[in-house]
Amino acid sequence: MKEFKYTITDPVGIHARPAGILVKEVKKYASAFTIISPEGKEANLTKLLAVMGLGIKQGQEVTIRIEGEDEEAAAEAIEKFFKENF
Amino acid sequence: MIVATGKSILNGIAIGKIKIYKAPERTIDSGTAADPSAEAARYEAAVEKAIEQQNELYEKALVSAGEESAAIFETHALMLEDDDLNDSVKEIILGQKKTAEYAVKEGYDNMAEMFRSMDDPYFQARSADIIDLQNTVLDILMGTDSASMQGTEPSILVAEDFAPSETVKLDKSLLLGMITIEGSSNSHTAILARSMNLPTLIQCKEVSDSWDGQMAILDGYNHCVYIDPTKELLEALGKKREEDIKKEALLQDLKGKTNTTIDGKTIRVYANIGGPQDIGAVNQNDAEGVGLFRSEFVYLNSKEAPTEEEQFQAYKLAVESLAPRQVVIRTCDIGADKTIDYMNLDKEENPALGFRAIRICLTRKDFFKTQLRALLRASAYGNLGIMFPMIISVREVVEAKAILEECRRELEAEGKQIGKLELGIMLDTTAAVLCSDELGEEVDFFSLGTNDLTQYTCAIDRQNAKLEPFSDTHHPAVLRSIQMTIEAGHRHGCWVGICGELGADLSLTETFLRMGVDELSVNPKAVLPLRKQIRSIDLSK
Repeated sequence: MKEFKYTITDPVGIHARPAGILVKEVKKYASAFTIISPEGKEANLTKLLAVMGLGIKQGQEVTIRIEGEDEEAAAEAIEKFFKENF
Repeated sequence: MIVATGKSILNGIAIGKIKIYKAPERTIDSGTAADPSAEAARYEAAVEKAIEQQNELYEKALVSAGEESAAIFETHALMLEDDDLNDSVKEIILGQKKTAEYAVKEGYDNMAEMFRSMDDPYFQARSADIIDLQNTVLDILMGTDSASMQGTEPSILVAEDFAPSETVKLDKSLLLGMITIEGSSNSHTAILARSMNLPTLIQCKEVSDSWDGQMAILDGYNHCVYIDPTKELLEALGKKREEDIKKEALLQDLKGKTNTTIDGKTIRVYANIGGPQDIGAVNQNDAEGVGLFRSEFVYLNSKEAPTEEEQFQAYKLAVESLAPRQVVIRTCDIGADKTIDYMNLDKEENPALGFRAIRICLTRKDFFKTQLRALLRASAYGNLGIMFPMIISVREVVEAKAILEECRRELEAEGKQIGKLELGIMLDTTAAVLCSDELGEEVDFFSLGTNDLTQYTCAIDRQNAKLEPFSDTHHPAVLRSIQMTIEAGHRHGCWVGICGELGADLSLTETFLRMGVDELSVNPKAVLPLRKQIRSIDLSK
C-alpha cells in the first residue's frame, strides 16, 4: 500500500474538469485508489461524482491511498497529477 | 396550400421542410414497470447514447471553441459513466419495479440534490450539470432528444422566438430560414438572420403546429410563407432563388478590391462578429478587420463565468488568425436583454436603462479585470482594439482606463507579453454624443452603436414590436448625433466608425461618407454589398 498527502492550492478546490481527467488517469491503473477528506470521509477515486461530493476546497489536505500490483508507478503518476492540477 | 404573413428581415427565398422548434414537454408517470429488467436495459442503452452525444459535442466544441470550453462535455461523459449514479437508477428500476424514465427522474434528482445541499457555491452549481444530463437521458428515452428540436436535415425553423443563447447553439449548416411568432426587426433572431443572410419572417402570428414536416417556401420579398406550395410556385420561386445565388456570386468578384469611391476616397469596411466561430465569415467576405467583436457571447456560451484562460484563448484565436488586420473587442455588454444566471443580476423595471455593460464592470471590478487581463494578453498576438460600451461620462472612461493600467502592471510583473493596442468607446448614448469632445481626449477611436443610440435618443424600445410604426431608423436626431460625433472625434485625433445596423444601410452610405466616417463595421454578409455601394459613389458631384 502506498499513501501520500496533498494540500489543495486550486482556488476552486477539486472541481469538475480536472477531477474528470483525474478519474480517467486513475482508471489506467489496476490498483484501487481511495481519497480521504480532512473529515475522514472516503471516496473511490474512480467515481467522479463521489469525489466531487467530498467538496474538497482550497487549503484542505487530502490523503490518497493506493493499493495494488502497480501501486508504485500509480502513486508517482497520481501525485504528479495532483501537483500539476490541484 | 396555406399562405401566412409576417415581417421579413431580408430579401431572400428559402425552400425546404418546416421544423417546429419547441422544447418537449415531459410527463412521467409513476406506474409500475411490467418488465423491470427490460427497463434497466433501456436505461443502459440511453446512457450509452448520451455518452456518445457528449463525445460528439466535445469534438464539435474542440473545433469551434478550443480545449478549455470543450472539456465540460468530456466531464459530462464521465459523470454519465459514474457507477454510483447508474447503480442508484438501476436500484429504483429493479427494486421498486419502475420505468427507466421514472428512475432517471428520481435518481438524477437525488444526485442533483446532493450537490445542491453542499455548502460551497461551486459544488452547488454542479447540480445544474446533473439536471442537464437528466434531460439528455430523458430525451433519449422518450425519443425527443433536444438535438432533434432542430432536426437532422436542413430545414426552416419555426419558434416562438429564439433566445440569444439558442441562436448561438443552432447548427447553422442545417438552417435554411427562420419563422418566429414574436420578435422585432432588432431582436437577436433578426440580427442572426442578417449576419447569416438567412431569409427570416418575424411576427408571423398564423404559425401552426400542423406545419411540422411540411414543404414550405419562405418568400422574404413578399413577407410571407407558403405551406405545401403548388408546383408552379415552387418552380417560379425556385428560379428566383437561383438568380439570388448568381447575384451573390457576382459580389464575390469584389473580393480583394478597395473600398474607394469614384473620386478616390477610401474608407475601411470591417465586420461585426459574435465569437471566434465567425472568423471564417470575416475571411470569406474579405472584411479588412473586425470593428465589433461582441464579447458577451463568450459569457452566454458557458454555465459559469468564463475564466481568464478561456477568454484569452477565444480572443487570441480571433486576434492571431486575423493579424495584421485589426480586431476591436467590445468589453462585456451583459444586462438589458442579455442576462445570464451566474451573474445573479436583479430583475429590473427598466433593464435597458439599468445595471448593464460598463456599469456592471466598474462595480464588479474583479469580474472586469478577468476580461481585461485576457484582452491584454491577447494583444501580444496581433492588432487589438478594446472598446467600452454604454459610456455616459468621462469619469467612467478614466476609471476603466485606470483598471486597465492596473491589469497591465500586474501582467508585466508576471512577465506576460502585451502588445500595442488602441482604446476606444462605443458611442451608444446621447450623453456620450453630447460629451464627445471631452471623451475624444481620452481615447483613440469612437464606434457609433446606432441600435442603442437610436433606442435611447428616440426613447423607442428596440425589442417592442408594437413601436415599429413610431420607429424611424433615419431619424434626423440620430443622423445629427452621428455627424456631431464624427466632427468631435476628428477634432481630437480619433477615428470614428459605425458598428450598428445603420452602417449596412446602403441608402445612407453616401451620407456617412459625406459626414467623414472613417470606418463602417457591418455583419460579414454585408461587407461586399457595402463595398459595391461605396465604389459606385462619387462625392465630387
